[in-house]
Amino acid sequence: MTAHLDVTLALIAALPFIGAVFPGLMIRAGRDACAMSAGWATLSAFILLMTLAPAVWHGETYSFRINWMPMLGLNANFRLDGLGFLFATMILGIGMLIILYARFYLSRSDPMGQFYVYLMLFQGAMLGIVLSDNVLMMVVFWELTSLSSFLLIGYWKHTPDGRQGARMALAVTGMGGLALIAGMLLLGEAAGSYDLTDILQRREAIQASPLYLPMLILILLGAFTKSAQFPFHFWLPHAMAAPTPVSAYLHSATMVKAGLFLMARLWPVLSGTDAWFYIVSTTGLVTMVLGAAIAIFKDDLKALLAYSTVSHLGLITMLLGFGTTAAATAAGFHIINHTIFKAALFMTAGIVDHETHTRSIKRLGGLRHLMPITATLAIITAASMAGIPYFNGFLSKEMMLESAAHTTWDGNGLLVPVLATIGALLSAAYSFRYIGHVFLGPVRDDYPHKPHDPGFGLWAAPAFLSVLVLAIGIFPQAVVGSFLQIVADAITGQHLHMHPLKVWHGLTPALLMSAIATVGGLAVLLAFTPLDRLWESLPKPDAKRIFDRMVETSHDICGTIANHMHDGQLTRYVAIFATGTVAAGIIAFVTGDYLPGTRDMLPVDLIDVVGTILVIAATASIVVFHRSRLLVLVLIGINGLVVSLIFVRFSAPDLAMTQVTVEVVTLILLLLALHFLPKITPRETSWARRGRDGAIAIAAGLAVGGLAFALMTRDFSTISGYYWENAKPGGGGTNVVNVILVDFRGYDTFGEIIVLGIAALVIFALAEALMNGRASRRLANWEVTQRYSRDRHPLMMVVATRVMMPIVLMVGVYIFLRGHNQPGGGFIAGLVVAIALLMQYMASGFAWAQDRMKFAYHTFIGWGVMIAGLTGIGAWFVGRPFLTSAYGYVHIEPIEEFELATAMAFDLGVFLAVVGAVMLALYCLSRIARRTGETVNVTPMDFDPSHPTETTQENG
Amino acid sequence: MNHWIVAPVLLPAMLAALMVMAMRHDLVLQRVFSVAGSVALVAIAAGLYWLASDGTIEVYKLGNWQPPFGIVLVLDRLSATMLLLTSGLGLGVVLYAIGSGWDGRGWHFHPLFSFQLMGINGAFLTGDAFNLFVFFEVLLIASYGLMIHGGGGMRLRSGLQYVVMNLAGSTLFLFAMGTLYAVTGTLNMADMAVKVRSLAPGDEALMMVGATLLLIVFAIKAAAFPVQFWLPGTYANAPAPVAALFAILTKVGAYAILRMYTLVFGADVPAVGSYFSELLMASALVSLVVGSIGVLGAKQLPRQAAFAVLASMGTLLIAIGLNTSAGTGAALFYLVHSTLAAAALFLAIDLVRDAQGPTTRAPGGLVATLFFIAAIAVAGMPPLSGFLGKLLILDASRNTPHMVLIWSVILVTSLMLIVGFTLRGSRYFWKPLDPNWHDPGNFDEDGNPVPALPLNPLALAAACIPPALMVIFTLAAGPAMRELEATAQQLRARTPYVEAVLGPGAFATPPAEE
Repeated sequence: MTAHLDVTLALIAALPFIGAVFPGLMIRAGRDACAMSAGWATLSAFILLMTLAPAVWHGETYSFRINWMPMLGLNANFRLDGLGFLFATMILGIGMLIILYARFYLSRSDPMGQFYVYLMLFQGAMLGIVLSDNVLMMVVFWELTSLSSFLLIGYWKHTPDGRQGARMALAVTGMGGLALIAGMLLLGEAAGSYDLTDILQRREAIQASPLYLPMLILILLGAFTKSAQFPFHFWLPHAMAAPTPVSAYLHSATMVKAGLFLMARLWPVLSGTDAWFYIVSTTGLVTMVLGAAIAIFKDDLKALLAYSTVSHLGLITMLLGFGTTAAATAAGFHIINHTIFKAALFMTAGIVDHETHTRSIKRLGGLRHLMPITATLAIITAASMAGIPYFNGFLSKEMMLESAAHTTWDGNGLLVPVLATIGALLSAAYSFRYIGHVFLGPVRDDYPHKPHDPGFGLWAAPAFLSVLVLAIGIFPQAVVGSFLQIVADAITGQHLHMHPLKVWHGLTPALLMSAIATVGGLAVLLAFTPLDRLWESLPKPDAKRIFDRMVETSHDICGTIANHMHDGQLTRYVAIFATGTVAAGIIAFVTGDYLPGTRDMLPVDLIDVVGTILVIAATASIVVFHRSRLLVLVLIGINGLVVSLIFVRFSAPDLAMTQVTVEVVTLILLLLALHFLPKITPRETSWARRGRDGAIAIAAGLAVGGLAFALMTRDFSTISGYYWENAKPGGGGTNVVNVILVDFRGYDTFGEIIVLGIAALVIFALAEALMNGRASRRLANWEVTQRYSRDRHPLMMVVATRVMMPIVLMVGVYIFLRGHNQPGGGFIAGLVVAIALLMQYMASGFAWAQDRMKFAYHTFIGWGVMIAGLTGIGAWFVGRPFLTSAYGYVHIEPIEEFELATAMAFDLGVFLAVVGAVMLALYCLSRIARRTGETVNVTPMDFDPSHPTETTQENG
Repeated sequence: MNHWIVAPVLLPAMLAALMVMAMRHDLVLQRVFSVAGSVALVAIAAGLYWLASDGTIEVYKLGNWQPPFGIVLVLDRLSATMLLLTSGLGLGVVLYAIGSGWDGRGWHFHPLFSFQLMGINGAFLTGDAFNLFVFFEVLLIASYGLMIHGGGGMRLRSGLQYVVMNLAGSTLFLFAMGTLYAVTGTLNMADMAVKVRSLAPGDEALMMVGATLLLIVFAIKAAAFPVQFWLPGTYANAPAPVAALFAILTKVGAYAILRMYTLVFGADVPAVGSYFSELLMASALVSLVVGSIGVLGAKQLPRQAAFAVLASMGTLLIAIGLNTSAGTGAALFYLVHSTLAAAALFLAIDLVRDAQGPTTRAPGGLVATLFFIAAIAVAGMPPLSGFLGKLLILDASRNTPHMVLIWSVILVTSLMLIVGFTLRGSRYFWKPLDPNWHDPGNFDEDGNPVPALPLNPLALAAACIPPALMVIFTLAAGPAMRELEATAQQLRARTPYVEAVLGPGAFATPPAEE
């Protein structure tokens, strides 16, 4: 077997996708242009395919490889052999007929551009499946057919049937696709390659692999769902909600045949085992009989055809399952025949629907008089479906019966032949019903719409197919003989010696079975009315109802679970977080080796005892009094102060100063904010809840305490020694803490002042957002219920803060300047200055003070970050990294020699950012206060003794 | 020393400061600078990627202090990849914010956005564990500001959940840092990697406690079960461009896990072994299931998208939890994909929200296409990179002890995602709202429902950026995966990173390469 490398193959696969772009655009040029643009791409692909036909005819293969993800084994490798050629011909050939048919079928109100886009996408996906050499690539296309068929089936999106049918099809075939992914991954592992060319050579390795059975089941899940095999058959009839051209395409030549293609493609490596035989042939047999039985009693034309499709797919599946070459050949032949007659049948059903405005068989009959052309075409193709001699369906049915006659199932030689005959009988019955109840019989006068034959555009496609039906049926060997040979060779992977196709084989068991089937079919039709009544009275599971209820229930259950889990109950989230953390910490602790620390305990003195008692008492009080918010704030203040005392106790003056100033600033801001909140927290939780939370809190506290104890009782060596040694020589400062902040880890500080700045910006944005919402109206309607002092801006406070102001500013500057060598620095200085300003604002009111403030606080923050950043960038100009510091000593008379360090500029940035952030927060609070109707004072104090007569307030 | 390394942090920081200082009253000015900054960031990130792509690890010593004493930035393949992803996403998001007008619905969008990028970039670049904390703070506070941008009761309420959970995480970060500092005596990640491997035996328990606490911190960021609760409300209620940007925020957690639990607490540390990867795997599998349950059960699109993010994080963490070279490569691939996919989904959903038509809940045409593409990507359906990512993860988990479990969970949840998205999608895009849907005036000439409001072309174009990037990523999956495999190998080699920071011979006995 020769293999050609040909880029044409990739082009054929790509053409439908390229063609999918145009209809969506060309619809603007009209419906004909739209259809033509789709037809053009299909025709081109078809012609290209035909140029490859001669070599394929000689049993040669084409391939083309494009690497996509070689590390995964997923490559865009294409391959064309007899089987692929058969399917590609069907996909493109029927595709062209469908494009023609749909042009005349779709009404003016249907968005035709979308239709052809979806159709071409689907065509491309199908073509991809049958041309793929790489099985992973095949899975890609496989899932694409599910997706594009979802769009096609749901094309009439305004109908619930369309939406539900589309969802059902995608859910079922999508599920199969997912199983197929797993199956293909296992197949690739067992075969050592994902390329069919290699896989098809490794039958022994694959069947001997322990992965064979799971792989087989997963792959068959994919194939059975796609090909609507029992028990996954239920999606197919509901996909009939699609426009008829879609049904004709999906359910004759393409979508449902994909599963058969897969089984045929892998037949050489997967078939021949017991597992294959029992799973595949049994499923096929059951599907064939069941589908046919249901089809008889369906009153909807398309439903009848849908179940007949299910039945015929079962038939082909069964043949593939037999595992003999003769059966595989019959399968290949029936794939061809079924495609031809079923596409035509769907089209005639569509014509009937189009013309009579109904698809209900009970409302039809006698149409042969009103639409003779359609009736002729329908009768020819239905006869083929029934398996009448001289129509093509007869030949492959005969081959099927022949194979079935030789098959024993678990030692039983009668089971399969009998059931196959019953299947054929039922098949004949619904075919006869399709003819008899729709086209034969008397003409009625109650059609929803008086029918007549449609224009040529609509019946051209089925007519062409009907000619094929007859041509193959009468001259089988001449028309498809050699074609079937290459198809069968490709399916079985062997060179078969095939007998020529003949209509007359003499008196064989198959002929007898066929005769029984035909006569039986007629009998069923004659006895239809009582049988129909019997069928109606039988209890039947409604797959759609079951499926819908399953989806609905899982949707509801999932929604309930997810929403209950994520209902916004923050306390539960935090409780889970805390419990989980403690548990995980303890478990982690147990996994490792632990030696307790050896460090000596410090002696306990009075201050330690007092401090400890204060913290514990304050914390306990918070728990007890937590409903009174103001009190809690005071208690938190105690904690903060004790913490700063602890810092002092352990010789960390910088930390102590920072802690104290931070404490003051946050307390003032919190105090102001509390003003707008309810004064009391209501009791909202049960005792049980509080007990649970208390237990969690205690456990977490103990865990943290234990951890801290474990850490602090150990001696450990750290990098801090380096900081001690290098603070002066490297950073030019003797205050190690400050040098760490502005130099060693200045980058952290840079980040942290930005955090502070962002926090202020967020507060600002949040306050602004509050100003135009429901909260704003609530603020505007604010009523001061509690009694406040009338003297909002007392004389004493105004005077005291005014006097304090320059002193505090001076202290701020002092702290700032000495920071590098003594406790202090930009951060603390910023807080000190902010406190000085805060006091002014509190004393005389925000608006009064604001009028005297010349800078916007945003600018402070911006400048702060800028200065800190620019200081760091300055180092670039001397070729040093960001934030490299430099320092030197300056001597200006009469001042003594002093040090100047770039770190100081950085610290200035810190200073400005801190001041800006605090003041911006204050500004926001004052804006909120203004919204509540707080008055604005024009003079610094409410009662000014120097102007006793003036009115000092006006409403703001 | 290459100063460009610090540029992804400095540029947005200075830009944001400038905007706060001088442009806060003029939205147009902010937009111009914000877009210019985002474009510059893309260029810088691309340059840095190119720099790192030959496998060298660049170290930038801030303040010119020697590691481990000063803070270092480390540019390796992984951090460069993350920077590039962030900058690309950032540009798309900022354009969308401008186009949709979201940036004008509250104060300070652009400065906060810039600060947010700074925080994310800083977290990706830093080689210092405490500095990582600082940048977690930066990106937390900035993201909180962005999350509540525009205000509104629901948004503020879910913003509170977000900020409280993450502040709890920050506190825990400090506990973890303190513990690890007490055990290893260092904050530099490379140095910590060395110290952890030469730990006194009695210190192991405390090291494990510190590492576990740290993992929980990162898990909160990455929204892993059982600390994922904050995510659905936050993402569903955040302004769309912010939710789209948040697609990278969860990845910061994933990145931190990937970095710290490979470099420092790798499986070669005797006390660690497979402890953390097993923990992560369990959490990841549950996260994926929880996310998928949410997607299947969701009633509204934004909440569905939020749960889809949860599911994608679960998938990503499964790959990380495999703790193999192939798993890490797959994780990186899925990381890039899921970032773009989530962004695409949130932007598409915002267009839906903006343009509900008179006949349907959502307009058809381009918006429907964008949603369809994003949903396919998020659900991991072919042909987009989500499928490739899942395939890579399935492939990587082959022949691991939990193979059957991982495969079943990934495949079954994929089905749940598909069904969930078809339920919502068909309802929003297909089900007519109006009994008079067939009035021709309700459809444009392509047969798509007419949106109530005309869509802003810039918003539409910007919403196409993440899907477009995803398509490119899919088409170039082969070369991209080769790059990411090299990235995974560099990450897992450990020694080059440590030696780049601390100098040759930093490891007394180099850890085994995996």
